[in-house]
Amino acid sequence: MKPVMAVFKREFAAYFATPLAYVFIVIFLLAMGAFTFYVGHFYDNGVANLSVFFGYHPWLYLFLVPAIGMRLWAEERRLGTMELLLTLPLPIWATVLGKFLAAWAFTGVALFFTFPIWITVNYLGSPDNGAIFASYVGSLLMAGGYLAISAALSASTNNQVIAFVVSVVVCFLFTVAGAPLVLDFFQLWAPVVLVNTISGFSFLTHFQAISSGVIDLRDLVYFGSLIALFLAINVVLVDMKKTG
Amino acid sequence: MITLQALTKRFGTFTAVSGIDLNVGKGEVLGFLGPNGAGKSTTMKMIAGYLTPSSGRVSICGHDVETDTIAAQTALGYLPEGAPAYGDMTPRQFLGFIAQARGFSGAEVKNRITAASAKTELDPVLDQPIDTLSKGFKRRVGLAQTILHDPPVLVMDEPTDGLDPNQKHSVRNLIRTMAAEKAIIISTHLLEEVDAVCTRAVIIDRGRIVADGTPANLIARSRHHNAVTLSLPLAQLAAAKATLEQQPYVASVEEGPRYDGAGLMTVFPRGHELIIESVSTLAQQQKWDVKELYAEAGRLDDVFRALTTHDTQRVRERAGAAA
Repeated sequence: MKPVMAVFKREFAAYFATPLAYVFIVIFLLAMGAFTFYVGHFYDNGVANLSVFFGYHPWLYLFLVPAIGMRLWAEERRLGTMELLLTLPLPIWATVLGKFLAAWAFTGVALFFTFPIWITVNYLGSPDNGAIFASYVGSLLMAGGYLAISAALSASTNNQVIAFVVSVVVCFLFTVAGAPLVLDFFQLWAPVVLVNTISGFSFLTHFQAISSGVIDLRDLVYFGSLIALFLAINVVLVDMKKTG
Repeated sequence: MITLQALTKRFGTFTAVSGIDLNVGKGEVLGFLGPNGAGKSTTMKMIAGYLTPSSGRVSICGHDVETDTIAAQTALGYLPEGAPAYGDMTPRQFLGFIAQARGFSGAEVKNRITAASAKTELDPVLDQPIDTLSKGFKRRVGLAQTILHDPPVLVMDEPTDGLDPNQKHSVRNLIRTMAAEKAIIISTHLLEEVDAVCTRAVIIDRGRIVADGTPANLIARSRHHNAVTLSLPLAQLAAAKATLEQQPYVASVEEGPRYDGAGLMTVFPRGHELIIESVSTLAQQQKWDVKELYAEAGRLDDVFRALTTHDTQRVRERAGAAA
């Protein structure tokens, strides 16, 4: 774990060494607020829960998380520090994991600063705090999923814009896999098993399941294995760069 | 301590490095010379484990770089081309990261940073962001990173590139002080650098080794080796040239620049013979007013130019081969 920690510490500190962290957190919080209060009409609903707030998380993550992930590898390659990083005696998996965990922890920090809305909703009524906690866990897991996808795609290019755009598209497909938009198309002709499988890949389906207040092992396994899969792809992509 | 066996790297149809065999032992400082694009950096990247060879193998202190990567990289200090570093960190933070990545912890991290920054004279800028440092300091941050763990093997891609003459001098001193205990490879464009720090020079061209020897050895292959340069008043120049050209030991005579009523002339011997005594005796007999007379050791750039190809020619050849 020592190599992972070394990479993690450097990466995590790097967010706060530049305005990146502050700009990101401020925009994240403003966007969360704007969607919850103005688009979602949080007060008008007259219900003391955060389902409106969490309902926008997948859509905000869709753009904000690839913005974090795009630089993870693309920037290292462009600056030439990739050569330095990969010639240190660190296993590639440790470097991949350290970078991912640092970025994930950073999105965790941004998510943490949404706590005033939890306080607000408790002030206004008596919400199901267990469900809210579960939603936060689900939200963080979902952010990890988006991030793993973005990080892996970032390793495939040294152009951050390409990394961002491709990540948004792939993340979008994972988000809406369970939505009528996609499922209606398949339901016309595909067998039920296939439709269920596709729907099973959806971030929304799993996130909504957790948000209802039930942290089901299947949902945890889903996000865990999705993250593991894309980290493995990330390792392969980084390793492939060595062959030129 | 560094062994390269039939090391080859192909990028598509282009062969960047073609079957290089090399052995570098403790106490050797090997100067890696070659024109841009000859395969120097590609070779060094393969030694460092950043690029995987197409065929052949590299081992560092007995550890195969491909199969025993971590052990090999632990024994190696590597300075990539351009000395990349994380610009938003200060040298102290950066070296701290390198130390931790290399498995040091606690007080040892601090000691390593102190020792490495003292050797590379980084102390005054340790707490300024690397992005704000001058080119010379940036390069030295890279050097500090390379020697931080006191590795038995050092591979440095152009360690003095972008340094001023004073900084070059101190970096060369640093390399010399470490030389006895380590195996070192440096690449450079500066031929005087090879003379100043290297115990061995290897010239590569188009991915192949075209010369390998001590710097003195290579210099002896120069056409200037044992040539005699003399300066004479302009009035005597033409006659002296004619006389010299008739001597059996002279291959050719070339006129050099003229200044202050005198002209320089370089006399090339047949077959690298030492001819300075003969020329000097001749000058006395002929009563030439010689202002200067000296034998040359040779010029490394002669050898370099004779053995390597110009980049435009290489690109043309490659385009021709592809067509």
